[in-house]
Amino acid sequence: MTAKIKVATTSLAGCFGCHMSFLDIDERLVALTDVAEFDRSPLTDIEHCGPCDIGLIEGGVCNSENVHVLREFRKNCKILVAVGACAINGGLPAMRNAISLEDCLLEAYRDGIGVDNAQIPSDPELPLLLDKVRPIHEVVKVDYFLPGCPPSADVFWAFLTALVEGREPGLPYELVHYD
Amino acid sequence: MNSVIEQILAEADYQAVRLLSILRAIQARYQHIPQPVIEQVAGALNIPGTQVIAVCEFYSFLHLTPQGRYDILVSDSITDHMLGKASLMNDLAQALKVGIGQVRADGRVSLNHTACTGMCDQGPACLINGIALTRLDRARIDAMATLIESATPLADWPGHWFAVDDNIRKAGLLLSAAQENGAAIEATLQRGLQQTLAEIDISGLRGRGGAGFKTAMKWRFCAETVADSRYVVCNADEGEPGTFKDRVLLNRHADQVFEGMTVAAAIIGATQGFLYLRGEYQHLYAQLQAVLAQRRANRLLGNDILGHGFAFDIEIRLGAGAYICGEESALIESLEGKPGIPRNRPPYPVTCGYLNQPTIVNNVETFFAAAHIAVNGGVWFASQGTAKSSGSKILSISGDCARPGIYEYPFGTAIADILADCGADDVLGVQVGGPSGIFISNAEFHRVLAFEDLSTGGSFIVFDHSRSILDIAQNFTHFFAHESCGFCTPCRVGTALLKKQLDKIVDGHGSAGDVVELESLCQLVKNNSHCGLGQTAANPILTTLQRYPEIYEKQLKRISYEPGFDLNGALDIARRMAQRNDAAAHLTQVED
Amino acid sequence: MTGILSIDGQTIPFEDGQTVIEAASAAGVYIPHLCHKPGYTPHGSCKLCTVKVNGRNCSACTFPAADGQTVINNSAELQHDRRRITQMLFVEGNHLCPSCEKTGHCDLQGVAYHLNMLDNHFPHFYPQREVDASHPDILIDHNRCIFCNLCVRASQQKDGKQVFAIAGRGINKRLIVNSPSGKLKDSDIHVDDQAAHVCPTGAILIKRTGYQVPIGQRRYDHQPISEVALAEAGSHDR
Repeated sequence: MTAKIKVATTSLAGCFGCHMSFLDIDERLVALTDVAEFDRSPLTDIEHCGPCDIGLIEGGVCNSENVHVLREFRKNCKILVAVGACAINGGLPAMRNAISLEDCLLEAYRDGIGVDNAQIPSDPELPLLLDKVRPIHEVVKVDYFLPGCPPSADVFWAFLTALVEGREPGLPYELVHYD
Repeated sequence: MNSVIEQILAEADYQAVRLLSILRAIQARYQHIPQPVIEQVAGALNIPGTQVIAVCEFYSFLHLTPQGRYDILVSDSITDHMLGKASLMNDLAQALKVGIGQVRADGRVSLNHTACTGMCDQGPACLINGIALTRLDRARIDAMATLIESATPLADWPGHWFAVDDNIRKAGLLLSAAQENGAAIEATLQRGLQQTLAEIDISGLRGRGGAGFKTAMKWRFCAETVADSRYVVCNADEGEPGTFKDRVLLNRHADQVFEGMTVAAAIIGATQGFLYLRGEYQHLYAQLQAVLAQRRANRLLGNDILGHGFAFDIEIRLGAGAYICGEESALIESLEGKPGIPRNRPPYPVTCGYLNQPTIVNNVETFFAAAHIAVNGGVWFASQGTAKSSGSKILSISGDCARPGIYEYPFGTAIADILADCGADDVLGVQVGGPSGIFISNAEFHRVLAFEDLSTGGSFIVFDHSRSILDIAQNFTHFFAHESCGFCTPCRVGTALLKKQLDKIVDGHGSAGDVVELESLCQLVKNNSHCGLGQTAANPILTTLQRYPEIYEKQLKRISYEPGFDLNGALDIARRMAQRNDAAAHLTQVED
Repeated sequence: MTGILSIDGQTIPFEDGQTVIEAASAAGVYIPHLCHKPGYTPHGSCKLCTVKVNGRNCSACTFPAADGQTVINNSAELQHDRRRITQMLFVEGNHLCPSCEKTGHCDLQGVAYHLNMLDNHFPHFYPQREVDASHPDILIDHNRCIFCNLCVRASQQKDGKQVFAIAGRGINKRLIVNSPSGKLKDSDIHVDDQAAHVCPTGAILIKRTGYQVPIGQRRYDHQPISEVALAEAGSHDR
């Protein structure tokens, strides 16, 4: 038996909706686990990514931690995939790009309704926010893109089965959606 | 204010086609187009207020917010940079206590960049309240600052600061030919209109703006189109950086240019002509008006030219800072008082131009040549040049050479000969035809000036070995992004992306695939854009990339990818607001 | 007068005065486009309909059909360029489909789906643009404007008004409204005007109608834009 394909997944500035959609492949998950195993992923609780064949990234890049995680994935994954609208173009988190980061922070931590003990969080444990939310292809090289908010389970299935079977992945018309 | 505006409108005879002139006058008076004026002008001209706003936003010299009472625009041509523009700009900002791109708090002065002002042989140059001021240096800047702080009117500034020299270094076939005023008109009417058109045809004259369309063919197409009226337009929107020969022709030989227009009018059957003069040449406006007045007095213009019963007159319309208006259909839009957006073609201006009537648009030099051909005949003109490029070409030579200025050569002259004449040695390369043209290396100086080899509207910029190819490509690429009219997607977005992608590489953030990506973007913009601007906007990159791939490659890091934006800089705001500066509060541009 | 041209090897008749795209549509050949709309004056700005006519790139929506033309429409090279041009439109504005009422009904999306566009390729501009919600019935979200000029033409040519215009230059282009305040509420637009309905993206929206059709059951969810556009051209011809 050949070695299983190693897959890692993570969500950066995302909502885990893409992960939920991935799980919607339902019973096909069993077939998938016959040929693939999961490294770092919310499904496994493995904290750091080891060498992998495929890395699936949900969410855009909104803070310094996202950059570190994204780089870890890029370094370890032979194939890096931007999954969903946020990873591809910033998505809904990028709606904050219309407002300056200064205004965002002041509204959230100082001037907003119901703010008590107003202060901008400064704990070194907390990642700092980037001035703009960015898609992942503006920070690292990305090999494939799976659009959708979220991409449907069939998108994940079509993409992964193509890779597993050694075919060039592609999405037919009915699987391409941005919403 | 109302009455001032009313007077300006009355002077323009309430014609919407003169919107640019009207707005230029308001801008000069109030340093901007005030909000209430927009409605007043729109109402008086019976146009939507949006047209007034669109025109204000399109042209660089019109503003919706007040500029300084002394508005200084420093020419951003590569030639000005080579003469020390960048540091002079900083000196100006310091001396005048104003930021670049800003208006000083007291409203006294504003400072900004502007596209090439056509003073490349006597830069660094600027425009102050629209008037050209040449040969800037530190001493002059300090003196300017003193005059500005004391609110001295420009009229009381030293006159020689505003001197613009012709610098004619080599007069050829046309520049050395003397001609009496009226001679071309007389010869045309004596010989007959069709016969004169035949002489133009025999001369082989092709458009001198750079495109090289046969002049006789253009005039014939226009004449043959059935219409109520036809128009003659002289394109003096000499915006291609590094070109200034039309400025010299209009300063020294305006009569022959106007006469060429008059000959064309007789041939095509036009009664109205326009000189579309680029806004940067406002200093020529009054003297050109005087030339026209003199010609009317001498019956060389007017209702009965030289007693032959032929009527023609010329109106001067000033541009307001838009390179794209050098494109003939954009120029026509501008003449009609609109943003200079190139039209869809067909129909071509010869059948459907100004006010949808047949219109010929020719370059200043083309009309100048036509006047001489009308007198001396087509064979005389075609005695010089090559089979496909007859006659001579007037060049504006600038950059790293001992004798910048105006040179006239027969077509077919080798670049090496031109470089020897202008005193250029240690040459790295020459930009022929301006940013939209081509960069040739010092291995190509055997090539010749001709439509079939190196075509140019007149720009000829010499670079010696102290210059950087990437700086040149960057200056030109920024120029196109600034001047794109924004009508079509590939040029509007593409020129902005070209600027980003080239800056990324030049600034050292490029990696493995970035040059390939740059080249692919160049092809996309070139192949899909609406007009000549977009189709040539990638030339500075393409022609240097083709010749010096190693210079681009050397900029690249040996990694697979680097972000095109400053990652650590993107944390600046968060760092400041969280008052953090620990190690975790920083990011490296690429992974360690 | 009529004549014959060929598109991708297919023989196509045309009538005098037709553009290449009109001849193509009439023959059931789809050429991708955004700023073109049957019944409107051609504009030629989006450049998606770029085809090769006798070897030269031309905008099919403005270029007159002529006898004997050889037109290439569906080549890999042209489709690649069209995909890139569409990606330019996506990065130029702020096109966040999941947050847009127009999603599924959007022609920009429809064209992108047709071109199998999976990402935005270029770096994003994330421009700062306004939303004009001043009008009781109509909303302008400038983030989604692609400067196709259709609302400008609709207002002038269909509604007999001058509600919209495009101002600015280069990458700073912007849609403006003809009213003293510049706000839509102070213009003479009416919710029944064609200008309020013609927007191919979600830049001009009719309020309180956004979710009448659920996401997933919308125009381009199940029908490719090629079919929708040809049907529209067909119904216009009739």
